[in-house]
Amino acid sequence: MYDLPDSQGHFGPYGGIFVGETLVGAIEALREAYARNRECPIFLAEFEHELKHYVGRPSPIYHAKRWSEHLGGAQILLKREDLNHTGAHKINNTIGQALLARRMGKRRVIAETGAGQHGVATATVAARYGMECVIYMGAEDVRRQAPNVYRMKLLGATVVPVEGGSKTLKDAMNEAMRDWVTHVESTFYIIGTVAGPHPYPMMVRDFQSVIGREAKAQMMEGFGRQPDRLIACVGGGSNAIGLFYPYLDDESVRMTGVEAAGDGIETGRHAAPLCAGKPGVLHGNRTYLMQDENGQILDTHSISAGLDYPGVGPEHAWLKDSKRVDYVSVTDSEALDAFHALCRYEGIIPALESSHALAYAAKLAPQMEKDRLLLVNLSGRGDKDINTVAQRSGITL
Amino acid sequence: MNRINNSFSRLKEEGKKALIPFITAGDPHPSMTVSLMHALVDAGADMIELGVPFSDPMSDGPVIQHASERALKFGTSLKDILVMVAEFRKKDDATPVILMGYLNPFEAMGYEKFALDAKQAGVDGVLTVDCPPEEGGKLLDAFSREGITPIFLLSPTTSMARMEKIGKYASGYVYYVSLKGVTGATHLDFSEIEEKVGEIRKVIDIPVCIGFGIRDEATARAASQIADGIVIGSRIVKEMESADRESAAKNVSSFLSAIRKAIDEEKR
Repeated sequence: MYDLPDSQGHFGPYGGIFVGETLVGAIEALREAYARNRECPIFLAEFEHELKHYVGRPSPIYHAKRWSEHLGGAQILLKREDLNHTGAHKINNTIGQALLARRMGKRRVIAETGAGQHGVATATVAARYGMECVIYMGAEDVRRQAPNVYRMKLLGATVVPVEGGSKTLKDAMNEAMRDWVTHVESTFYIIGTVAGPHPYPMMVRDFQSVIGREAKAQMMEGFGRQPDRLIACVGGGSNAIGLFYPYLDDESVRMTGVEAAGDGIETGRHAAPLCAGKPGVLHGNRTYLMQDENGQILDTHSISAGLDYPGVGPEHAWLKDSKRVDYVSVTDSEALDAFHALCRYEGIIPALESSHALAYAAKLAPQMEKDRLLLVNLSGRGDKDINTVAQRSGITL
Repeated sequence: MNRINNSFSRLKEEGKKALIPFITAGDPHPSMTVSLMHALVDAGADMIELGVPFSDPMSDGPVIQHASERALKFGTSLKDILVMVAEFRKKDDATPVILMGYLNPFEAMGYEKFALDAKQAGVDGVLTVDCPPEEGGKLLDAFSREGITPIFLLSPTTSMARMEKIGKYASGYVYYVSLKGVTGATHLDFSEIEEKVGEIRKVIDIPVCIGFGIRDEATARAASQIADGIVIGSRIVKEMESADRESAAKNVSSFLSAIRKAIDEEKR
């Protein structure tokens, strides 16, 4: 029976609480609050109610028949997280954390965001619950993701461009941590992925695991069995862990996490710490990182802003070492091919993040029998990415 | 020989408080660090906290963050910094040097090698910002084998129970972060600080130094009355932002001399 993390937030040698003393008090308060609410029936009922009536869950499992037929092998099934309110799986977690923030009496929420999806999901729930909201976003990402910046502003959030470091997601996370240290009494920090100090990796996993729990029931109902393999993209890894976690004890189901190989692992321009990095400590936990020989964190590259992060959730680090999950990588152009294929064969515009998972499914399916089932987490919709895709095709919108 | 304990005994005899400036190694340029260290001592520093730059300094404000970026631009590595300390030791064998940094660069070098090489270079203590004692087992073991003093932070939100726990691991001195927030923040409340330092002294019997938010003679004087020493970081590092590196060094010296004078006068 899989029962990680331990009481101090360790997944084997990974995870833990690596923060400055100024944050220890805040982390302890959060641990206590989450421990009190994690199994509280009233809290869980409130969470489920919001997921059903506000997010629109359960999200369906859709059989991508035409695309599967075209690929000529295993059947590809899609868990449609793209159909959630705000268009991605991110909102499952922001609702859970905002409800917890409310229970802790915090009136102000902050968040980091890369592509802007988590920022939008946080701004959304802050509006929904009447909370002040500040979103930290790398200045480079603010430029690349203008529509999402405007969305957050429409929802009443303040968006702070972060000029430090590489001006991307990791720097936004540094800045959000600094805000939290400074306003620790009034503020709840809603981390968007299964990273950060304990209890974040566990808490975000718990909130996201609604994906896998639903999938288990839907597979039995719709297909009479569980899939042969689960496939999900991994940046920080929250959509992947959300799908994988409820299946970890079911040894008959294989799992693959797909990282961003960017221009190719061999070029060094990628965002694949599990495939090409080594363990270290960043953002409050020990995990696989992209770092140089002196322990400095490297800049990452992926066409998908949501995967453009030098670390990965510590639970994935453990699942890699323990060989329960395989981790592979897919390049920008492979992801783009899958993006276009899903548009054309299924009438679904997938997020570039999710397109990495799709690309691996497209590689694997033709090598498998037609009665095999691949369940891919379609973690978000791709409307936000059409500018990027058009640009790659030499089109200006 | 333990330079940190020696310094505190000497200061106690002289009825003085420790003045501990912080600079980031490699900032504004790696070639200046050793001479800056000597200049700090000449201006009245009793010990030096030497920052090890990290690409993602989560606990630091913009001033020290930019210092890290400047140092990293010139490729300043932990290995380079140990060479700098060894160079400093050629002329100064008395002033304690405490490295302050984040865990990942220490881990990348390997705890054993880091502790051993740091000791040989003449490093006295190490403050690992993002490594609380609960996570520090192997690192602390390596430090203890080589005789490196582990320095710990305490904050306004540190509970008494936690202070006691940290007190079991800490030696040399503890560094009380007198503000909530990151380095370089403002607004000090001295009566609150005094109360907290009183609590610390009940459970920890090594010197208590105060840092975060000390920026002029008045704040330095007030802080030195409460504690056994004061740490000044962002205010000094700010000088390095100046385009003219030579005058930056000069400004740091005259600033520090003024602080020395202010806290010594207070004693008389």
